Amino acid sequence: MGDAEVAVDGLPIVATDVDVVRRDTRVLSDVDATIRAARRTFILGPNGSGKSTLLRVLHGLLAPVRGQVTWGGLTAPPPGQAMVFQRAVLLRRSAAGNIRHALKLAGVRGAEAQRRVADALSTVGLAALAERPARVLSGGEQQRLALARAWALAPRVLFLDEPTASLDPAAARAVEAIVRDFHALGTTIVMTTHNLAQAKRLADEVVFLDGGRVTEHTAAEQFFRSPRSLQAKTFLEGERL
Amino acid sequence: MQSGMDTISQSFAVALGLVAHLDPRLTEIVGLSLAVSLTATLISAAIGLPLGAAIAVGRFPGRAPLIVVLNAAMGLPPVVVGLFVYLLLSRAGPLGPFGLLFTPPAMVIAQTVLIVPIVAALTRQFVEDAWSEYREQLASLRSSWLQSTATLLWDTRWSLATVLLAGFGRAAAEVGAVMIVGGNIDGVTRVMTTAIALETSKGDLPLALGLGLVLITLVMALNVGAHVTRHYARLRFG
Repeated sequence: MGDAEVAVDGLPIVATDVDVVRRDTRVLSDVDATIRAARRTFILGPNGSGKSTLLRVLHGLLAPVRGQVTWGGLTAPPPGQAMVFQRAVLLRRSAAGNIRHALKLAGVRGAEAQRRVADALSTVGLAALAERPARVLSGGEQQRLALARAWALAPRVLFLDEPTASLDPAAARAVEAIVRDFHALGTTIVMTTHNLAQAKRLADEVVFLDGGRVTEHTAAEQFFRSPRSLQAKTFLEGERL
Repeated sequence: MQSGMDTISQSFAVALGLVAHLDPRLTEIVGLSLAVSLTATLISAAIGLPLGAAIAVGRFPGRAPLIVVLNAAMGLPPVVVGLFVYLLLSRAGPLGPFGLLFTPPAMVIAQTVLIVPIVAALTRQFVEDAWSEYREQLASLRSSWLQSTATLLWDTRWSLATVLLAGFGRAAAEVGAVMIVGGNIDGVTRVMTTAIALETSKGDLPLALGLGLVLITLVMALNVGAHVTRHYARLRFG
C-alpha cells in the first residue's frame, strides 16, 4: 500500500544531471532540482536562462538529452499533473466544453464531469460564461479558464509558465488568488515568473537559473533576503535599480 | 453583327425559360451532375480528412516530400486523371472486369481521384496550423495521437467544411475527366460540363447557356457559402 501510494502520488519530482539541447543550443546543463510535495517552488532567472524549459522537463513534456527525471521514483510522468501556459491554449469550443474535453481525456464523464465543470468554473468566477466560446473571452478570462480546466483535473502538481505575464494587474491578482486556492488544497505548485513581487508573495522555495545552470535552490525568504549565489545577487540588485 | 447579338439574346431568353420551367432534359443533367460530384466529395472526405490530419500530426520519414507531392497534386489536369482512370477501368485494365467504364461510378472514381489531393492537402494545412498551437497543451493533457487527431478535426470543422465545398466545386466544374471516363452518353453519363461542351459544338446554345447559368450559380453559391462559414466561425469561435 505504501509503495502504491508513492507511485500514484508522483512526488517528489527529482531531476538529476539534466542536459537539454534545443535547436542545437544547450539550454540546460547539469541541472539538479527537487520538487517537494505541497510546496510552492518558483523557478526564477533572467530571460533565456532556461526557466520554461526546466518547467517542461519537470512536467514530462520535454525529454532531457542527458540525465534523468523521476516522479515519485517513476521514470515516466504519472497522471495527476496539469500545466497552465503563458498564453492560455483554448480549444474552439465553449468554456465548459474546454473543461469537458480535458476531463474526457482523463477518463471522467457523465454526472461527475458535469459536477466538476460547474465547480471549476465557479471557483474561477466564470460560471456565468460557461457556454461562451472560449476563444472570444478576454485575456484574463482565458487564463482563468485555463486554471479552471486544471482545477477540474484536481492535479497533485500544477505547473504554471509565467501565467500572468500578459495580463493587467487586476487579472494577475485573480490568477494569484486561484493559485493560492490550489495550494490550500495541498496541490504542489511549480511556477516561473518575471514578477519578483509576485514570487515574494507566493513562493516557498526558489530555484535560481542562470545560463541554463542552477546556481541555487533555497527557501524563498532566505533567497530574497540574502541570496547565496553571485548571479542571484546581481539579478536581484538589477531589479532594485 | 446585329443578327449575332440577336441570336445570343434569344438563346439567353430561351435558356432562362428552360431553367425557370425546370425543363426535364436540364434537370436530369443537373441531377446527375450533383449526384456524381456529391458522391465523389463524400468519398474524398472519408479518405482526405483523416489522411490530411494524419500527415499534419504524424512525424515519419518522407513526410516533407509527401506534402510537396500532395500540394502539387491539387493541380492535377482533369484530362490526365481521366486518362489514368480510363486505363484502369478499360477492359484490359486492372479494374476492367468490373465493367465500370462509361457509367456514373466511373465518373465518381475520376472526380474522387481529382479532389482527394485537394481535400487532403488543405486539411493538412488547417490541421497543422491548429496542431502547432495545441500541441503542448494536448501533450500536457496526456492526449494520445488518435485523441489529438480527433480533437483537431473537430476544432477545425468549419475550415474543413470550406475545404469540402472547394472540392465539390472543383468536381462539379471539371469537364476533362468525366468526358473521358463517362463518355457523355445521353441520359446515362451526361453531366453539366460535358453537355455544355457538346451542345455548344452542336450549336444548341439555349441548353448550353441554361446549364452554364446553373453551374455558375452553383459555383458562386459554394464560394459564398465558404465565405459565410469562415466569417461565422471566426465570430463564433475565434
